[in-house]
Amino acid sequence: MEPLTWTGALGTYLNPLFALAALGLILAVIGYILLSTYENAKYTFTSSDGTMAAGGTNSDALSRFILPLGIVTLVLALIYPLAGIVLPFGAAGIIGELGMRFLPVWIALAVTFVLSITYKRKLGLYGKLFDSPIGMVGFAIVMFWVFTAIFVAMDMVITHDPLGQVSGMKNKLPGTPLRGAEEGDYSHYLLGGDNLARDVFSRVVQGSQVVLVIAPAATLFAFMVGITLGLPAGYFGGKLDTIISFLANLVLAFPVILLFFLLVTPEIRAAGIPIPGTNYIWTVPTILASILFLFPLVFLVVLFDSRFFTQPSKRNLYVGLTVLIGGYLYLGLAWDADPLGLISIDGGVLIVFVSVVFVNSPTVFRIVRGLVLDIKTRDYVAAGQTRGEGPWYIMLWEILPNARGPLIVDFCLRIGYTTILLGTLGFFGLGLSSESPDWGTTINAGRRLLSVYPHPAIVPAIALMSLVLGLNLLADGLREESLKD
Amino acid sequence: MGMFILRRVGVMLLTALCLTFIVFFMTNLYPNLEKLAKTQGNFRMSDEAVASYLTREGYLAPLPVKYGRWLGVLPNHVTTNEAGVTTGKCIREGVNTPETAPRYCGVLQGEWGYSSTFKDDAGTIISKRLALTGWLALLAFAVMIPAALIIGVLAGMREGSRMDRTLSTFSIASSATPEYVSGVIFIAVFASSAFGLKWFKGSATSAMEDFTWANITLPVATIALYGVGYVARMTRASMAEVMTAQYIRTARLKGVSFPNIVMKHALRNALIAPFTVIMLQFPYLLTGVVITETLFNYKGFGWMLVQAASNNDIDLLLGGSVVAVIVVLVTQLISDIGYVFLNPRIRIS
Repeated sequence: MEPLTWTGALGTYLNPLFALAALGLILAVIGYILLSTYENAKYTFTSSDGTMAAGGTNSDALSRFILPLGIVTLVLALIYPLAGIVLPFGAAGIIGELGMRFLPVWIALAVTFVLSITYKRKLGLYGKLFDSPIGMVGFAIVMFWVFTAIFVAMDMVITHDPLGQVSGMKNKLPGTPLRGAEEGDYSHYLLGGDNLARDVFSRVVQGSQVVLVIAPAATLFAFMVGITLGLPAGYFGGKLDTIISFLANLVLAFPVILLFFLLVTPEIRAAGIPIPGTNYIWTVPTILASILFLFPLVFLVVLFDSRFFTQPSKRNLYVGLTVLIGGYLYLGLAWDADPLGLISIDGGVLIVFVSVVFVNSPTVFRIVRGLVLDIKTRDYVAAGQTRGEGPWYIMLWEILPNARGPLIVDFCLRIGYTTILLGTLGFFGLGLSSESPDWGTTINAGRRLLSVYPHPAIVPAIALMSLVLGLNLLADGLREESLKD
Repeated sequence: MGMFILRRVGVMLLTALCLTFIVFFMTNLYPNLEKLAKTQGNFRMSDEAVASYLTREGYLAPLPVKYGRWLGVLPNHVTTNEAGVTTGKCIREGVNTPETAPRYCGVLQGEWGYSSTFKDDAGTIISKRLALTGWLALLAFAVMIPAALIIGVLAGMREGSRMDRTLSTFSIASSATPEYVSGVIFIAVFASSAFGLKWFKGSATSAMEDFTWANITLPVATIALYGVGYVARMTRASMAEVMTAQYIRTARLKGVSFPNIVMKHALRNALIAPFTVIMLQFPYLLTGVVITETLFNYKGFGWMLVQAASNNDIDLLLGGSVVAVIVVLVTQLISDIGYVFLNPRIRIS
């Protein structure tokens, strides 16, 4: 087998065109920015709607080129991965074959976008996202990784075993053919091999699973903790507020990195309080998990109870289900004591999860508290109080739904921040095992040979950056759209 | 104002005490002490040997007592071994004898303890490493703040313009690039043989003696890039808000030129909010510094923390966290006080 080049045979025609278009775009944008800072408008004119605008500058003339050039560059850039689907193997190079591997992801993305844009008026805030170009770009990037994680679980995108080592493939460059490939094996290491001769591409797509499970789940838990503590602190105020706020500020004043270094160590996982009379040690991760994981349970129980306490049959059903399912998950996740033995969580993952929740929840607490302080002065809250509603009903069913806009935006941002935190942990080799394909650990493994073989570290670095960028853009789009109301 | 500062300082001291106690608690968990004993003695020590070593060195005393000793409010732990030689934290050969050594020997007396990793006085190590990191952080701030303010002001002065969109996208992208991503990409592109542009060095070890363009650029750029985006976005929001104010409209109607409006009227008020944000960047800088120093092998404060944490070097870790916590709290205090001074609308009684 021949090694693949980046763009293959297609590149001979496409590369010069693409370079030309991209260069033109960059020059136009830079020129526009530089000119528009110095130039003053030559004349002003009144448009038909009665507003006045300035015009006639060189930067204005230049700006007309930006959009067409941008579209041309984008279309040319899209041809590279999409050509791989049509052309025979190798003709479109590594980028083309990557496009081919991600085919299910492209289809899923296209379906999502077509459906969402068609019904966007019926979909509330989610539908409004499709009015903002920035939000759409962000959503596309995030969904790209979400679909990748889903399809990898169905064994679709991935090309090799992420832990499988193939002799002779150590630190090989992207596009190297697999040595001793048998029938049915994928014939190339598309993005090269790492220092243990594993396929970089497969590890990165597999790693998306780890990141996309832990980061949103940890953020959700942090929100549950922050909301459950922030609502009463803001609503009742007083001593309760002072105490919780002091504790939150205490955690916030703790340098994150120091906390990780102290908390996420193998020694901490062994340390704990021995329960007298048994061999069981109540370890530090379990202590933290058993406190933090209690908050979602409390939150849901209070949520249903405050709403349905006048209809005991409904209340009993909801609260009972929550306690049953939640309690089962709680036993399995926090105590590793699932009676059926189905749910358990690896000690390394648990401590990573718990410390990320621990670091994030004080910030969420502060945001929720601030929002509650603002919203509790509104008339509908006073109306609820006059009706004789209980404080928890007002907090959870009057105040919380009205704080959802900023909270959703912050949720997106925070998933990105959590992804960065997870990467930091991986980068220092804390918590997750060194074989784990998650992006931080892979960057850490790749950085030792960075100046000779950069590809094993760069690929996960770019993956992580793109996911966080997507989440930030999504949050920006959501903020823009939710402010329009 | 005086009352306010006094109260804040009081809360600050309480926070510092709580935080150092937490660090103390975590470093003094038994498995951590066991690891310490084994790195000090040998790795094949039996459990009894570990216990006797820890008892002799006073590590097994109750936690509040140990904390009091470290703080310097309780008499220091002193032991006499089989040969009759008395040792203790403040007993140094040639300086003093067990009889003349001070009884209280803790942080309050200026004794930071002994680093088991570097085999040196913890206070000396911390001040040396802190100076190295100070230079790195200073350079990073010198790049980051002007860049962020310029980007933010340019983007915010005409909200919604193409320049605003371009610069805002840049700042979002930069705040999505943590240090370990940008550092890896910088090294790969500018310092590796794979891309062939060997403009800079991938290691900043030589920058500890003297800075050169080649060895310090990449670490500084790495730290600065992640912070630029955030500060720029805050500046942009603040600038955009100021530009819609009534007095700006008045200035425009008077016929003041646009550059003059931005420079003389808007800028002063627009920089109040970013000031707070910039001060609060210091704590985040610490994480960035730890990552960057590890990546570029610059042996400063961050690198020292990593070494101390991975060897459970209790005294050094505690000293390091005191410094880190003080940096966080003092910057918070400065940002609060500075905000009051900059913004005449806020008065604290």
